[in-house]
Amino acid sequence: MYVAVKGGERAIENAHAWLAEERRGDTGVAELSLAQIREQLSLAVNRVMAEGSLYDPDLAALAIKQARGDLIEAIFLVRAYRTTLPRFGSSRPVETSGMACDRRISATFKDAPGGQVLGPTFDYTHRLLDFKLAAEGDVPEAPAAEPRMETTPHITAFLQGEDIIEREPFSDDVPGDLTREPMAFPAGRAVRLQSLTRGDEGFILGMAYSTQRGYARNHAFVGELRIGVVPVEMEIPELGFCIEIGEVELTECETVNQFKGSKTVPPQFTRGYGLVFGQSERKSIAMALVDRALRWEELGEDNLGAPAQDEEFVLSHSDNIQATGFLEHIKLPHYVDFQSELELVRKLRREAAELAETLASREAAE
Amino acid sequence: MNTNFSAEDRKGWMSLLASSEEARLTELWQDYGLDPDFEFLRAPEVGGIMIRGRMGGTGAPFNAGEMTVTRCALSLSDGTVGHGYVQGRCKAKAEIAAKIDALMQTGAAEALNEAVLVPLAKARQAQKTARASKAAATKVEFFTMVRGED
Repeated sequence: MYVAVKGGERAIENAHAWLAEERRGDTGVAELSLAQIREQLSLAVNRVMAEGSLYDPDLAALAIKQARGDLIEAIFLVRAYRTTLPRFGSSRPVETSGMACDRRISATFKDAPGGQVLGPTFDYTHRLLDFKLAAEGDVPEAPAAEPRMETTPHITAFLQGEDIIEREPFSDDVPGDLTREPMAFPAGRAVRLQSLTRGDEGFILGMAYSTQRGYARNHAFVGELRIGVVPVEMEIPELGFCIEIGEVELTECETVNQFKGSKTVPPQFTRGYGLVFGQSERKSIAMALVDRALRWEELGEDNLGAPAQDEEFVLSHSDNIQATGFLEHIKLPHYVDFQSELELVRKLRREAAELAETLASREAAE
Repeated sequence: MNTNFSAEDRKGWMSLLASSEEARLTELWQDYGLDPDFEFLRAPEVGGIMIRGRMGGTGAPFNAGEMTVTRCALSLSDGTVGHGYVQGRCKAKAEIAAKIDALMQTGAAEALNEAVLVPLAKARQAQKTARASKAAATKVEFFTMVRGED
């Protein structure tokens, strides 16, 4: 039986009005502009773009403001907006080897061509609160040096030269798109990567960490981590040629993993891959570790029953919008569902009490 | 009519316009001053495109996520058709880009190039060089410490 209950319109309206007021906070404090959020909370903006799966810094800043800084709520807003957009097409695969790198490090080769470029990193900071930031002040211009204008080659390309790392099979196949077709298992690596790059950072981080702690250990080296801007090229259907339709900042992580070989493949290094919108280093490394763990079957490794090897488990639980939708729906009215549960428990208790009474009177009679 | 341009030239100016900064483009366009009569063939429309990456940077493609794009198409009174495809959600920017695309195919090309495209390209190059310079300053210079006598 379904019983519709009406009511609460006024309460909802007033709750939303209060939400707007609380969002604004103390009016004696200057209001945040979208530009301030975009420029000064850029890593939050990056996370909303990555998990919202839509590259648009202004839109992500608006979502963060509207969500009062609740990033999952902001991601929800971006995802909802995304569904209203007509799809004009797909880009050519971005050429990350041509990236204008702000940061590029390798944990495997000290003297990699192009060098170890730290970029604007938190690494090597002391993680002590900087109370100078509590006051307003000018920031001195960062030092500059002779710029490197040529492209920075991928580290894996050097290993490939020695044929000591697996080759990524090249193709121009049209990849599956989980925004268009419902996920089915086995999903295949293309859909896995799409799912991981928009997955919840905390979840992907936890999964990656579990592999490091021994649940399907695959001993990853960060062969390379690079952050920078790449052009996005798309063919314009009316013109029949490609233009650079924009630029996006990406973080790419390539891991180099031990592999003892199989019946058909000699011992060599294998690869995990992370590619995430914005400066999203933690997420990108985590994505590469989970990608590698999920590749156990195609590499002929054993299924150790570890959560990070379980494609269905990982992909079905990594999306924080799906997860929060299902989790939070249980706070909404379930009056009728609960009424039936209540009736059932009362009935069971009544029956249990009657049974106990019958047994007691039988004992007394004996 | 300027027929003295190649598809490669057109790709170049459309690409420059696509990722140009909206405020700067608007300013340069207004300074240029000429606003031609035109008719929309496709009114400005906001949409998205799917950005693809490659597995391991070099392998098979996968869908990495979308980005916002605004497009429009218009024709000038002499029939020249211009297309605007720009990053983001700014309809005015797409319209300016389409007008410039059309005018670059006409006799106005040279003056327009000087007034708008050259400054845009310079600004873009300067910005890229500035970032690359700061990155270069964070490049690690290793030195080896030799211990002992020999």
